[in-house]
Amino acid sequence: MRFSIYRFDPDADASPYMKDYDLALEAGDMMLLDALILIKAQDDSLSLRKSCREGVCGSDAMNINGKNGLACITPLSSLKEPIELRPLPGLPVIRDLVVDMEPFFKQYRSIKPYLINNDPPPETERLQSPQERAELDGLYECILCACCTTSCPSFWWNPDKFVGPAGLLQAWRFIADTRDQATSERLDDLEDPYRLFRCHGIMNCVDACPKGLNPTEAIGKIKGMMVRRTV
Amino acid sequence: MEKRKFDVAIIGAGGAGMRAALQLSTAGYKVAVLSKVFPTRSHTVAAQGGITAALGNVTEDNWLWHMYDTVKGSDYLGDQDAIEYMCRMGPQVVYEMEHFGLPFSRLENGKIYQRPFGGQSRNFGGDQATRTCAAADRTGHAMLHTLYQRNIQAKTHFFVEFLAIDLVRDAEGRVLGVVALDMEKGEPLLIEARATLLATGGAGRIFQASTNAFINTGDGLGMASRAGIPLEDMEFWQFHPTGVMGAGVLISEGVRGEGGYLVNGAGERFMERYAPHARDLAGRDVVARAIAIEIHEGRGCGPHKDHVLLKLDHIGRDEILDKLPGIREIALKFAHVDPLEAPIPVVPTAHYMMGGIPTHYRGQVVVPARTGPEEAVPGLYAIGECACVSVHGANRLGGNSLLDLLVFGQAAAEHIVEFLKENPTSPPIPKEGPDLALARLARWDRREGTERVADVYRDMQGIMQSHCGVFRRAEVLEEGIAKLEEARQRLDRAAIDDHSKVFNTARVEALELENLMEVAFATIRSAAARTESRGAHARDDYPERDDRNWLKHTLAHGDGTIDYKPVRLKPLTVPSFPPKTRTY
Ligand SMILES: Cc1cc2nc3c(=O)[nH]c(=O)nc-3n(C[C@H](O)[C@H](O)[C@H](O)COP(=O)(O)OP(=O)(O)OC[C@H]3O[C@@H](n4cnc5c(N)ncnc54)[C@H](O)[C@@H]3O)c2cc1C
Ligand code: SF4
Ligand code: SF4
Ligand code: FES
Repeated sequence: MRFSIYRFDPDADASPYMKDYDLALEAGDMMLLDALILIKAQDDSLSLRKSCREGVCGSDAMNINGKNGLACITPLSSLKEPIELRPLPGLPVIRDLVVDMEPFFKQYRSIKPYLINNDPPPETERLQSPQERAELDGLYECILCACCTTSCPSFWWNPDKFVGPAGLLQAWRFIADTRDQATSERLDDLEDPYRLFRCHGIMNCVDACPKGLNPTEAIGKIKGMMVRRTV
Repeated sequence: MEKRKFDVAIIGAGGAGMRAALQLSTAGYKVAVLSKVFPTRSHTVAAQGGITAALGNVTEDNWLWHMYDTVKGSDYLGDQDAIEYMCRMGPQVVYEMEHFGLPFSRLENGKIYQRPFGGQSRNFGGDQATRTCAAADRTGHAMLHTLYQRNIQAKTHFFVEFLAIDLVRDAEGRVLGVVALDMEKGEPLLIEARATLLATGGAGRIFQASTNAFINTGDGLGMASRAGIPLEDMEFWQFHPTGVMGAGVLISEGVRGEGGYLVNGAGERFMERYAPHARDLAGRDVVARAIAIEIHEGRGCGPHKDHVLLKLDHIGRDEILDKLPGIREIALKFAHVDPLEAPIPVVPTAHYMMGGIPTHYRGQVVVPARTGPEEAVPGLYAIGECACVSVHGANRLGGNSLLDLLVFGQAAAEHIVEFLKENPTSPPIPKEGPDLALARLARWDRREGTERVADVYRDMQGIMQSHCGVFRRAEVLEEGIAKLEEARQRLDRAAIDDHSKVFNTARVEALELENLMEVAFATIRSAAARTESRGAHARDDYPERDDRNWLKHTLAHGDGTIDYKPVRLKPLTVPSFPPKTRTY
């Protein structure tokens, strides 16, 4: 199998280049990450992030044949050769497939991603019905892999001003939580030509999310809520 | 070398490290949390089934019953003071997580959802209890993200992608901080701290087939061992009954809690033979051994009769989609079956390290003392999977690890606050303090070598898998020790090709393998020394538990010698649970 992988080591290389690797193997049940580990056993200078190898930690997001995804849950058999691997687009490259995620995390932190509730906590749990809790399904599962945000053209142009799909999905996760009391502050914070309204509903993000989450829908709900509170 | 100064250095941003960090940051201390991966990538994120605490939301419950189950589950090797403390604190730390925002699944009455898990009983061995609190089958994810979120709010100082290399100690043995490698820049950093807390998680990567992430390499244990601290009860590794055949990815015990069960090649529900009362929800060691025996005696499934099947389709579509959506995702991706229709092929898979860095129940690291039975190492704490408190003894109950992270994360933070008050200033770092760490780093600058790290890594895993697995015996263990010795010598002769400073993962993996080696040696040596069967440590040649000689904790030193210390059978406030025959 043939792989073409983006390589760049700022310590040694003047500019990035694509390097080809061949592996003699049958795709079988293997995931792309398994193949990358075999490649790395041959050439230990290839840098990438990895941890859980089961699609829950968000480490190994990369651009795979032009589409963002997680190497560990992308079956080799689903990929056309040569398999072209590049770092996530729109973030500075540190080395090879490793990007600087800070602009992404900075936007995540900017939406105050924590429950705000100023009542004294009860002795036991706060109550929430199964229906209220179901509102959080499809939101809390985000693994912060950045596949969505780095496929969003609006984020590419304004990474410092537009929150991006992942951050907005989490903003909605807290607005939607019946235990959270900061809805109007959260909406105020997003009422801005850039932070929320740079999203033009292009839906790249939905297509990219390896966990099947739908940031566009969440963004739509935030926008809807803003409209409702102005009328 | 660059230097930074904090009140507390916490190494590890999993559930344990971040629970402690939250407490200390909120109390106004300057806290540095180091992690070799972004906090939410820590392996706590993979925990599925839930966290056990006697809330009694579904069936009547009592923390004393939880304590009894945990002592019994530990095969009486757990320290009863720590177990009492954990079970008593359980409800409080779970409610607190709920207040922090953890999106628990809910019961109709709005309370936290609980499911039955293995080894849980009511009334000291009576009917099955329903004690494990869950956020669907993504409890660890929900917990880890919630803790990270609260730490953002508390303004904890994170050093992300910093690999801790070694502790810094002075001549008196006080721990004064840690040297870490800034992975992005490739430069060392000295973090000076009045207290240092190890929360580096497990080391399941010593085995070939493991449910653990790549980062679970026992770095904290390696650091402790190199600093002269022995490792406790390392022979006790939990093999989870249900890892996906081939891939090793975990299928939570929550599946059996929700009504799933195991069948062998003849379609027989074989756990009825091994544990007539609790059946598929017996202790994990019991279920894992039963599966190993079924396969060994030719009653496995598939063309090679090399696995058993976990059946769950009868639970029903809606229940599976609501309570086990992550399991379905994993089965589809890694076993290529849809559990709504077909059973999942599973085998026992290395999962959890019961042993670790010895501590008392308030998190301080303790070592055999020159005078009394043990004494604390000033300035050093350990919590979570890297520590051995010991609440899990010879076998951990499902759902008790997430609980251990929170309870001892909080307890250690409280003790650290007292320690900081008593020690307003820290002694100066001796000039040679960072030497050990810098030498370790410099070693991998060497360009000549005849061995490759990846080869030694793979061979070490193979040795541990075939010489120190579910069933053990003297000859096999001794042979394993000899082979491992050989692998260690090969590691000494290894070199890496990558000598870039920037994000050099070849160097990181080499440093991790050195830690895994320490862990593997401690494990197999401790296993060879313990001539009895207890909990997860099953010896073919010594099939019985032997309380007269072996009701004691193992302490394996880095130099290969082994010591023992007594089990704490006396709880803090309640009567002791004396050892009994353990049946389910
Ligand atoms: C698949 C799976 C499912 C599980 N499900 C459950 C469950 O349902 N219920 C339950 O109770 N338990 C469960 N467990 C067990 C439980 O999840 C773990 O024991 C627990 O999460 C470990 O947490 P921790 O905080 O100790 O370590 P981890 O979460 O593993 O975190 C370790 C941290 O240390 C850092 N670190 C390590 N080495 C270094 C270094 N050298 N330098 C800097 N940082 C370092 C890492 O970056 C990471 O941040 C499960 C385990 C697995 C493998
Ligand atoms: S829908 Fe919005 S957030 Fe998603 S990719 Fe398009 S512009 Fe970006
Ligand atoms: S929404 Fe999906 S793609 Fe975006 S960060 Fe979360 S998990 Fe990744
Ligand atoms: S390695 Fe964790 S998501 Fe792929």
